[in-house]
Amino acid sequence: MESRRTPLYDLHVALGARMVEFAGWQMPVQYPQGIIAEHQHTRSKASLFDVSHMGQVRVTGAGRAASLEALVPADVAGLKPWRMRYTMLTNDKGGIIDDLMVLNADSHLFLVVNAARRDIDLQRLAGLADAVATELADRTLIALQGPAAAAVLARQAPGVENLPFMGAGEFAIDSVPVLVTRSGYTGEDGFELSAPAADAERIARRLLADADVAPAGLGARDTLRLEAGLCLWGHDIDETTTPVEAALEWTIQKSRRESGTFPGADIVRRQLAAGPKRRRVGIKLDGRVPAREGTPIADDRGAPIGTVTSGGFGPTVGGPIAMGYVYAAHATTGKAVTLVVRGAAHKARIVELPFVQHRYFEGRGR
Amino acid sequence: MSEQRYSKDHEWVRVDGDIATIGISDYAQKQLGDVVYVELPAKGKQVERGAEACTVESVKAASEVYSPVAGEVVEVNAALNDDPAIVNTDPVGKGWFIKVRMKDKNEFTALMDEGAYAKYVAGLE
Repeated sequence: MESRRTPLYDLHVALGARMVEFAGWQMPVQYPQGIIAEHQHTRSKASLFDVSHMGQVRVTGAGRAASLEALVPADVAGLKPWRMRYTMLTNDKGGIIDDLMVLNADSHLFLVVNAARRDIDLQRLAGLADAVATELADRTLIALQGPAAAAVLARQAPGVENLPFMGAGEFAIDSVPVLVTRSGYTGEDGFELSAPAADAERIARRLLADADVAPAGLGARDTLRLEAGLCLWGHDIDETTTPVEAALEWTIQKSRRESGTFPGADIVRRQLAAGPKRRRVGIKLDGRVPAREGTPIADDRGAPIGTVTSGGFGPTVGGPIAMGYVYAAHATTGKAVTLVVRGAAHKARIVELPFVQHRYFEGRGR
Repeated sequence: MSEQRYSKDHEWVRVDGDIATIGISDYAQKQLGDVVYVELPAKGKQVERGAEACTVESVKAASEVYSPVAGEVVEVNAALNDDPAIVNTDPVGKGWFIKVRMKDKNEFTALMDEGAYAKYVAGLE
């Protein structure tokens, strides 16, 4: 199958990006400045990411919140207008079909789902009891991330700087209506902008014209989210991992734990009460050898205790970092473990996530 | 100034007497992106022609480096342990990986010269 192009494809090529196939899309993995420079720029100024490959879905109908709650463990009914939550579609075993963002956009719910899971998610959402899910094609999704993002975006859309973290609103950039959410996947303050595809390049170029903004590709997006301890579906979470095993129980609000009316609730609630058998943890290596996905994790005596699900080099950390699942008994901060890379055992420690402290906006309305 | 020759796997080789210095080409470092770790063999290790000799880790992935000539590893570039990014900034100079005492110098002459390698790379793009 021919891979798809986002509305910003020509811009990526013009900027000298190296394009790769990702989840059926032609995406920029990096620009000429390179992944580490793009990563550092995001942590110090602001970077523009094309995330138009992700699925944007509108859910309408009077019963939309209650209907969606039958598929996800988050409190959707309790979401105030223009507030959003991170949640997941779960299966009957409590496994994660996909992770997603849910925004109460007042007249409807607005969801952002993973590119690779779009079709499966839409199938799942077709089963909404009393609401209709429609994919919003012909839209772009642009992320602007970093400590300078608010000032940069406020120059184009005054007022965005007042949005709370995980808040949203409708703004105009160069007269184009744009749905702006204060959210992201880097651990930094930042925004995601949903706009008509036809205006994507104009908006992106306006943002890139700001001296503080540089483009960043999927490579930097991955190192940033790993340092921020954020999960990547298909790697750190999938249909065989539950939100509790994945250390995402904070996404299940009290009302939903009590009601237990989401798929797999019996298993999830049992794990909440008794603790899961395995747990997602952060791992920091003592040396310089990166441990990639699939690397076996052993205890300090060499007995196998788990597997790395994401791993590589953290540019801000300045060394190799990883996330993975270990048996619960070993999921303790400070615990010594060994990672076997190319047959050699390397010392590492279980550490708190995130590796780099989140710097989300903490002002106003929290 | 000794001649520099290249393998199809994008290693370069320079020869001084029977000692071959081996690294990766500018094309290869660009393909890899930012190098964050290089795993070098132990001195004294015997490497076969075309066999894995080192591993280079970029931000994105781990890649093997193959020795274009057979022989004994007589020196490794310890500077790469402290600053692996030299592979990006000076791939065919200070970013060399290993020195090998060649068993058969004909293995060097069988490699591509600058012109042939330039054409080979052009054909890949």
